[in-house]
Amino acid sequence: MLLRKLLTLVPTVLLVSFLTYVLVDLLPGDAATLLAGNDPRQETIDAIREELNLNDPLPVRYVKWLGDVATGDFGRSFRTNQPVLEAIGERLPITLQIGLMALLFAIILSIPLGVISAYRANTAIDKTITTVSFGLLAIPNFVMALVLLYVFAVRFRIFPAVGWTRITEDLGENIKRSILPALSLSIGQLAVYTRLLRTDMIATLQEDFVSMAKAKGLPTWRILFTHALRPSSFSLLTIVGLQVGGLIGGAVIVEQFFALPGIGRMLFEAISQRDLVLVQGVVLFIGLTTVLANFAVDLVYSVLDPRIRRGSTRAA
Amino acid sequence: MARPVQPDLDPSSDAPNDGSAPDQLAAPAGVAVAEQGISAGASGGAAIQLPAPPRKKWRIFYYLAIAWLALIVFAAVFADVLPLRDPNFQVVRDRLAAPGEKGYILGTDDLGRDLLSRLAYGARVSLIISITAVLIGSIFGGALGLTAGFFRGWYERIVMSFVDVLLAFPALVLLLALVAFVGQSLRTISLVIGFLAIPSYSRVARATTLAVSQREYVMAARALGAKSSRILFKELLPNVALPVVAFGLVALGLVIVAEGGLAFLGLSVEFPTATWGSLIAQGKRSIRSAPHLALIPSLVMLLTVLSLNYVGDTLRSRFDVRESAL
Repeated sequence: MLLRKLLTLVPTVLLVSFLTYVLVDLLPGDAATLLAGNDPRQETIDAIREELNLNDPLPVRYVKWLGDVATGDFGRSFRTNQPVLEAIGERLPITLQIGLMALLFAIILSIPLGVISAYRANTAIDKTITTVSFGLLAIPNFVMALVLLYVFAVRFRIFPAVGWTRITEDLGENIKRSILPALSLSIGQLAVYTRLLRTDMIATLQEDFVSMAKAKGLPTWRILFTHALRPSSFSLLTIVGLQVGGLIGGAVIVEQFFALPGIGRMLFEAISQRDLVLVQGVVLFIGLTTVLANFAVDLVYSVLDPRIRRGSTRAA
Repeated sequence: MARPVQPDLDPSSDAPNDGSAPDQLAAPAGVAVAEQGISAGASGGAAIQLPAPPRKKWRIFYYLAIAWLALIVFAAVFADVLPLRDPNFQVVRDRLAAPGEKGYILGTDDLGRDLLSRLAYGARVSLIISITAVLIGSIFGGALGLTAGFFRGWYERIVMSFVDVLLAFPALVLLLALVAFVGQSLRTISLVIGFLAIPSYSRVARATTLAVSQREYVMAARALGAKSSRILFKELLPNVALPVVAFGLVALGLVIVAEGGLAFLGLSVEFPTATWGSLIAQGKRSIRSAPHLALIPSLVMLLTVLSLNYVGDTLRSRFDVRESAL
């Protein structure tokens, strides 16, 4: 079962890698000419072309590149000559920390909101939550970042405006500097999760086992959070999986906004410096992460819902 | 950008509808059925999960949203005719005027340019980019989705696997890469955003096509011996087009936000053209001394996106095939 699922991953991964390669490769601007920089002599350019295998036809180059990537060699940055994987490894923890914190904020807040909203469906509190989450959805993350920056860093000086401190240097300072970026990233997700959970939960609350639990005299909070929450969380999980990509996309802007040296900022810098190898490596890394995240969500489904594990889609 | 969402499972769609048991936990039966209708429609066909706006009693917001959008379109179209100052003219001695000061309704920026006029001309850029992008995305994406849903088989599999893979990349990352390399003119930005939106529209169009194909009138047409082309254009297209248009309205907002993101990275339309995104990005520089410079354009962008979401979502639920009874 697991093996069969893993096999379906192979064509997707190949297609992602091929698209990454072709996309970056076909873009205008000759890498060798760019690299030669101040030394625009033809010999230099030719030498660089030779070194980067740029003279081979595209499929040959792709296969060579894929072989290297498969053995963990993502190449070296044009500019700094640092191995791409090493560069990703250096920057990733920052993006990961912000992303996970954002996810955590969104989930921690959306679960009670969604559950209350479903439990009190169509009352004033439900309508307030629904309306507010609809409004939150229209806020772009940079606008959120701007408002947070203005309120918490300019007006009330609770958090520093920009910059980063590594977690290993000073934990308190690290957390202080990560809260605003994480909040800016989490706001849109919060709205999506709340609404999704509400919809699924309303359906779950009509199932027989909920009436059963109610008849047994279980307290309401137990029915809501231990009985009904789990079967209501599938759509939520799917979205969380899909959001991994969105989080990295949002990270590019938020990291730039708050001057955080994460992977999003590195990608942006690599693009503006035409550092093709680095761009390729980072885009591939992001694409693969997203694909794997969705795959992981698929697996978590079967843990959450025994009916899928058994192979039937729905028990009668 | 759009992140289509299609949960593999929809636990709500076939839950029992007879919530008639006197169960305090469950919502009243009628409400619950309506809720399920919304959820089934949203998770099956819609490309993004927007909380459905509250309906009926809230009609006033619908008209307010339309009025706001009309105002923005009016400002964008007639920016040249309206009594506005030149958006790029710098009056050094009026720099950083507060709203209402020295005859500037919304104040001036750090170079002494009129914010109101820059907003109006910025609306023009946002409008051009978003309408072009949505047209490209909906026409090409809609055609791909429609044909994939109609012809099925290997063609559908190829189209949809490309769609899935393209959607595996964070749209902003692709957008960034393409715009940085291709260039920052109004035309290239519109084209690139439109191109990147194609997969989302394909999903919406395909999901709707699959649902519409099951309808009696399509089967009747087929039984009467209608040609594929006739079924495609006369039976399916009109019904698939409406949800795609409704999605397009919501997508207009997404494109406006995407432009803002690009502006923050210095990749939107070149200096000195005013765009909403670049106004916000430039306003950030003087957020300490003149916060209105960033906050007013933010508010304008926010209200516009909110209005588009609201109108688009209201229309979408009206057009949704699954929600109207067979």
